[in-house]
Amino acid sequence: MEYIPNIIFAIALIVGIGFFTRNVKKLSRNIKLGKDVDVSDNKSQRWKNMAKIALGQTKMVVRPIAGLMHVIVYVGFIIINIEVLEIILDGLLGTHRLFAPLGSVYNFLIGSFEILAFLVIVAVVVFWVRRNIIRIQRFVKPEMKGWPKTDGNLILYIELVLMTLFLTMNAADFQLQQLGADHYVKAGSFPISQFIVPLLDGLSESSLILVERTAWWLHILGILAFLNYLYYSKHLHILLAFPNTYYGKIRPQGQFNNLESVTKEVKLMMDPDADPFAAPAEDDTSEPEKFGASDVMDLNWVQLLNAYTCTECGRCTSECPANQTGKKLSPRKIMMDTRDRLEEVGKIMDTNKGEFVPDGKQLLGDYISHEELWACTTCNACVQACPVSIDPLSIIVEMRRYLVMEQSAAPTELNNMMSNIENNGAPWPYNQMDRLNWVNE
Amino acid sequence: MGEQLKVKTMQEYMAEGKQPEILFWVGSAGSYDDRAKKISRAFVKLLNKAGVDFAVLGTEESSTGDVAKRAGNEFLFQMQAMMNIELLNGYEIKRIVTCDPHSFNTLKNEYPGLGGKYDVIHHTQYLKELIDNGRLTITGDGYKGKRITFHDPCYLGRANSVFDAPREVLSKTNAELVEMKRHKKTALCCGAGGAQMFKEPEKGDMDVNVLRTKDALETKPNIIATGCPYCNTMMTDGIKAHEKEDSVTVMDVAELLASSQGL
Repeated sequence: MEYIPNIIFAIALIVGIGFFTRNVKKLSRNIKLGKDVDVSDNKSQRWKNMAKIALGQTKMVVRPIAGLMHVIVYVGFIIINIEVLEIILDGLLGTHRLFAPLGSVYNFLIGSFEILAFLVIVAVVVFWVRRNIIRIQRFVKPEMKGWPKTDGNLILYIELVLMTLFLTMNAADFQLQQLGADHYVKAGSFPISQFIVPLLDGLSESSLILVERTAWWLHILGILAFLNYLYYSKHLHILLAFPNTYYGKIRPQGQFNNLESVTKEVKLMMDPDADPFAAPAEDDTSEPEKFGASDVMDLNWVQLLNAYTCTECGRCTSECPANQTGKKLSPRKIMMDTRDRLEEVGKIMDTNKGEFVPDGKQLLGDYISHEELWACTTCNACVQACPVSIDPLSIIVEMRRYLVMEQSAAPTELNNMMSNIENNGAPWPYNQMDRLNWVNE
Repeated sequence: MGEQLKVKTMQEYMAEGKQPEILFWVGSAGSYDDRAKKISRAFVKLLNKAGVDFAVLGTEESSTGDVAKRAGNEFLFQMQAMMNIELLNGYEIKRIVTCDPHSFNTLKNEYPGLGGKYDVIHHTQYLKELIDNGRLTITGDGYKGKRITFHDPCYLGRANSVFDAPREVLSKTNAELVEMKRHKKTALCCGAGGAQMFKEPEKGDMDVNVLRTKDALETKPNIIATGCPYCNTMMTDGIKAHEKEDSVTVMDVAELLASSQGL
């Protein structure tokens, strides 16, 4: 009987981590549906970017209020994990406050966890007010209706509940320590939860133990549940921000990739020795490569990682010139659509033994409209604004490539512009022989 | 017809068996667009004043393909790029200067992967270089007492982190430089990029250039300076939309420097 709590705890831990592992595997399988892309270059620069942007939060604080609040929650999350380690060990070993022998160090740790927990509660309340009372514009755009809105609030509620449980647990523990209850060693300092103690005044020792144990269990089970919520939530960024900033673009923002498949064809066209009537080699059964992207599998895996990393903060959209002037384009929606479609593809694979069966839908058209794609000025403001190095522009360009090269579906004016370049080497219909006339005008 | 400019083509240099210091990539806008041609002329006047040995490709120059690439036509872009690279490599070009940030970006960043490796700079960077090493001497009060605000072209600023050169050149005109609220890395686009220059905008409640011009007008400028022929067109149209064409003008950095020297 004595070991039943330990066993229940171990089972909860195994189930929690087991499900999480399953989710991570699914995540990684979905991301790998993307095309391969070489990101093995500039390793030191990439590590630096990760340290600065993800760990150091340098792009978060560009907006000072949201940035500061975010840093608090972020630091709180990281530091309080030390406490989670103690809780897990206590749960498995049946001990109580295993790290208590650290003495004054322990007191300092518990004290700082409490202050952080309080600050997190303050930040979470501010975040909630910004989303629901002030209704800051970027949180109420059309793509934020329904689940994205609920998701955003749920995360705040969960964090609020977890922090409250943590403080309640400490308050009851503190009171039990004062009463000299068995197992409740005198350890820790309680700068915040001491103010909750009066609420527990007059409770018997057994009631206090019930409060302490309930809060302890709910807190750790809540953390395990939250861990498994991540996969279904925009909150996945707490993990993926790190790889995403590592694999993020390191070339100048204006540099788009040159499509290699096109280079091959163009070289062949310009080669005077090439045989224009040459049949493909007998053993060449490969399908001709598709130019651009119409669905998630045509994107590369970094772009798909981008989609899972997006936490829908909307800084990209609020900086987008097209969005600011009332166009349909929202870079955040491009990322959300990419993730939604990728999830849909993943679900089809789940029900078909890991094989993708075409479902008559695709990212282009069913999720992202032509109108959105053509509204982009390729100005890179969205890329600049993203605090975790997501590149919505690269997806827009990839889809434009498909529209133009596979479907000849550019707006008429652009088709005219392109035929002008083909015919006379300028986007306007002027004679190439007049190119130097400006000198004498 | 204005004063005679000294402009030699690469063919002429080849015929003389000489190499220029630098190639001036004029670009399609700088060659054909009536407004942008004035920028090309102003820049050449400064090059002539500094005694720079430069060449143009003239009728051999062709679109960089940049706008085709942004529109999604990678095929057309690479065709243009490879033809241009063949020409540039044939002439053994080492250094290129251009007044168009879009040509600047693609020549500098996207041509190397296709075999065209050159030292590419924007004309504001080159002007700064000429001033710094004393080849171009700037005298007089210039635009003293005038307020100038500089609009960062996306493909010069955010895309390639060139922020200081245009501002330093502008400071030589003795004007009072005022910054818009969003500038440098967070500058708003003029609305022309990504091939928008060549099409009607999608449905919305405002045009991007009108919004950006509003940013500029908030600084109460006499002059809006840019470093891009497309931004120039967009901001000029924006000023008309705000009915400010009588009090505010849009000028390229090169034009401002040239006119401050009576060129």
